[in-house]
Amino acid sequence: MKPPLFDYLKPESVEDAVAARAGEDDSVFLAGGQSLIPTLNFRIANPVLLIDIGGIPTLKEISVSDTEIIIGAMVRQRQVEKDDAVHRANPLLREVLGNVAHSVVRNRGTVVGSIAHADAAAELPAMLLATSGSVEVQSPSSARRIEAHNIFQFHLTTSLAADEMITAVRVPVLPPKTGWSFQEFARRHGDYALAGICALVTLDDGGRCASACLAACGIASTVVRLEAAETEITGSALDEDAIIRAAKAARDAVTAADDSQASTTYRRHLVDTLTKRTLVEAKGRAERCVS
Amino acid sequence: MNRRVRQVLPKESGDPTHEVSLTVNGEAITREVSPRMLLSDFLRHELGLTGTHVGCEHGVCGCCTVSIDGAAARSCLTLAVQANGAKILTIEGVAPASDALHPVQQAFHECHALQCGFCTPGFIMAVVAYFEEDKNPDLSEAAIREALSGNLCRCTGYQNIVKAVRRAHELMSNDNRD
Repeated sequence: MKPPLFDYLKPESVEDAVAARAGEDDSVFLAGGQSLIPTLNFRIANPVLLIDIGGIPTLKEISVSDTEIIIGAMVRQRQVEKDDAVHRANPLLREVLGNVAHSVVRNRGTVVGSIAHADAAAELPAMLLATSGSVEVQSPSSARRIEAHNIFQFHLTTSLAADEMITAVRVPVLPPKTGWSFQEFARRHGDYALAGICALVTLDDGGRCASACLAACGIASTVVRLEAAETEITGSALDEDAIIRAAKAARDAVTAADDSQASTTYRRHLVDTLTKRTLVEAKGRAERCVS
Repeated sequence: MNRRVRQVLPKESGDPTHEVSLTVNGEAITREVSPRMLLSDFLRHELGLTGTHVGCEHGVCGCCTVSIDGAAARSCLTLAVQANGAKILTIEGVAPASDALHPVQQAFHECHALQCGFCTPGFIMAVVAYFEEDKNPDLSEAAIREALSGNLCRCTGYQNIVKAVRRAHELMSNDNRD
């Protein structure tokens, strides 16, 4: 199994990288390569040109401010996972990253690469949706920011234009009195999830749910926000009844057809169970933040 | 029967080439390679370092694990050109001398942590990296299995591999005391 024939370019600046991308329709950016290289090995992808962004120093930075974490496009997943400042700012990231493949793969794989790859079953896109993060995008002529809910269009498809590149991802700092949880079910540890749920729950002073953000991976043609489930628990005391109602609402978000891995019915069952578990865990963590 | 070998491949490859310079097991290497050459194939075919095994070639089995700049990585999911300037350590380079074993190799030997041996170089490189990252890591069954979860073994059932990780820690602790 060998990759197809392609040419290779290693630019030293974002400007050169996007110019190269604009100059060749059939080109693709290479970051960590942990999703791209398997698709090359299988010859699912057949690009004429690979643009390796590994030599661009400005893409290797993580910054943490009072409001957000900014992760450059060449920052490895393992680096984010081990970064204590990131963990203090938003502990959801370490929890999600622990479910992304294996540590050996995370040593090479990048957070931005996983988001740009946009696998419908991938954990990091679901994290970005749940946290209402965004990506920084650069083209030869302009720069813009795309909010998480406008990025993912279909399995392996984003709303980026052909000459655009994601240079960084922005993840908001976890708000006060907020609990977090990510849980997934996969056949083998490190596999893509059959279903995964990311939950954030913010409590008000009375201990009721002021706001909730839930996102799922593995259950539809893209990662999805579970808005109906969020509505069920917002304003509730996150009691058992409310959580059961939210889980029931979350089941309806499953649109994936039966496949070789799981039936739709089974995925609905998983979403139900994982929604309950993540809400209970997030609620517990939020209560410990408050006390 | 007279069988003739026909020339089916062109004499010269149509691949572009790029120069890569890297350090492999302490030795500086410079080669012209095709950008589509995987690091695993570079190590095996260009350098003859066939200890790095190639199993699935898409990142699932872990047999091709090597260390790139101190971090364990899949050499089948890395292009040789991406390793330009990197320091690579392969199974051939882990032992301190030609007549000695690395404590992790010694532990695998003692605990019978291999049967056919195909997956072993990948396991050794993953375990070596595990101890490099943290000299006193969590040695609970769950933590060891988590650390090894990226490597597949079809023979042993993993029991003795888990034992070998604990034994390797003992051996390394003893080494440090001497």
